[in-house]
Amino acid sequence: MSNSALIQSSLAKKYWMAATGLFLCLFLVGHLAGNLQLLISGEEGLLQFNEYAKFMTSNPVVMILSYLTYISILFHAIDGFVLTVQNRKARPKNYAYSKPSENSLWTSRNMALLGTIILVFIILHMRQFWYVMHWGPIGVDSAGNKDLYTVTITAFTDGTFGLLYTIGYVVAMVAIALHLSHGFQSAFQSLGLRTDKLKKAIIIVGYIFAMLIPLLFAIIPVYIHLTH
Amino acid sequence: MKLKLKIWRQKNAAAEGKMVDYDISDVSSDMSFLEMLDVLNETLIKKGEEPVEFDHDCREGICGSCSLYINGEPHGPQKLTTACQLHMRSFKDGETIYIEPWRAKAFPVIKDLVVDRTAFDRIIQAGGYISVNTSGNTIDANATPVPKDDADSAFDAATCIGCGACVAACRNASAMLFVSAKVSQLALLPQGEVEANVRALNMVEQMDKEGFGNCTVTGACEAECPKGISLGNITRLNREYMKAKLNPVD
Repeated sequence: MSNSALIQSSLAKKYWMAATGLFLCLFLVGHLAGNLQLLISGEEGLLQFNEYAKFMTSNPVVMILSYLTYISILFHAIDGFVLTVQNRKARPKNYAYSKPSENSLWTSRNMALLGTIILVFIILHMRQFWYVMHWGPIGVDSAGNKDLYTVTITAFTDGTFGLLYTIGYVVAMVAIALHLSHGFQSAFQSLGLRTDKLKKAIIIVGYIFAMLIPLLFAIIPVYIHLTH
Repeated sequence: MKLKLKIWRQKNAAAEGKMVDYDISDVSSDMSFLEMLDVLNETLIKKGEEPVEFDHDCREGICGSCSLYINGEPHGPQKLTTACQLHMRSFKDGETIYIEPWRAKAFPVIKDLVVDRTAFDRIIQAGGYISVNTSGNTIDANATPVPKDDADSAFDAATCIGCGACVAACRNASAMLFVSAKVSQLALLPQGEVEANVRALNMVEQMDKEGFGNCTVTGACEAECPKGISLGNITRLNREYMKAKLNPVD
């Protein structure tokens, strides 16, 4: 009888890839809801965003969710790396001439590349905001909360670096959009849920999700860069 | 027609192979792709050179032997077609045609364009069957009522000829489309349902053992399959395997 290990078989690895991926899709929605508050300008926006940032780093339920998110990101990356290595090994000698564009989309063939770009972005992004929020240096607003609002605004407006970071952010959102355009529907397929009846709907919802969420994320730094 | 062929030549499994150029003329556009190779081989034999080895059997598109990677695609440019049913009218006069064997760790090259596909046989042996007593008192399969939709889906899956184009097309050399078709054709029918869990577990285990890659849902297999086996079968395999994992049989 086959092994009982949860991650040993090729299919089980894909189940985990799908489960962590879909969980991270939910995380994106939550994260976006928080970020959109940055569009509120002035002192009111500053106080509200910093109050929210405090809630996100102190509420026990949110803490559990954030640890689940860290684990999901790590697992998704490691599992993806293992799958990619196995997939490379499965074809030691390549074709002299191949036309993959005849039978598949570029995004579907480059999930590892897109994922790597996203991972690099996550690391830089966490260094920039998450690390500073937890361990500083960071100022305090008039309500006594850590002033993550000012840190964020500065990051996207501070001279040449602000411009570069805004461009980099938008590029990362493009990578996320492309990653999701394949990943969203693919997760349902791996979990055995993309049946013939639901296939069309899942693909359409996936494309809408993949375009809408990164677009809304990207609007925020561009708006900040142009208005501050 | 005159053509420039670039063909993979490899003396044996251990030898290093390489692409070799051949010029061929007097090709009729009505010839099948394999007949064109026959013409090439005749000229090679007349010149005292070793002919190009390639697999073929029925030459009517149902045996799945003709495993040729033609111009960057399994079975060549025409969809839903095996190499033997591909005709030279699909190519232009003077065109360069690349002909390569399937490339996968689980399908090692034996010679030239011939690969060893017994990995598929071992996957079938691991569970691609139903255990029926064949001692003379077998029940006629048609005596068991089957819903029409299930019968149709099972039949669609059963049209897989095991040619390996799915593996050849997949960038991960994954055998998921083949395995999913073989699991589906039985899991959908009452006769196969009894052993569905063990079958899914054992066939997937064997598939992994053979060194095939993982499915990343590129859809290349479905697009290149000469029999049009659908990705929906892979969805079903993912479901069948999960069901089997959640209901341990031993």
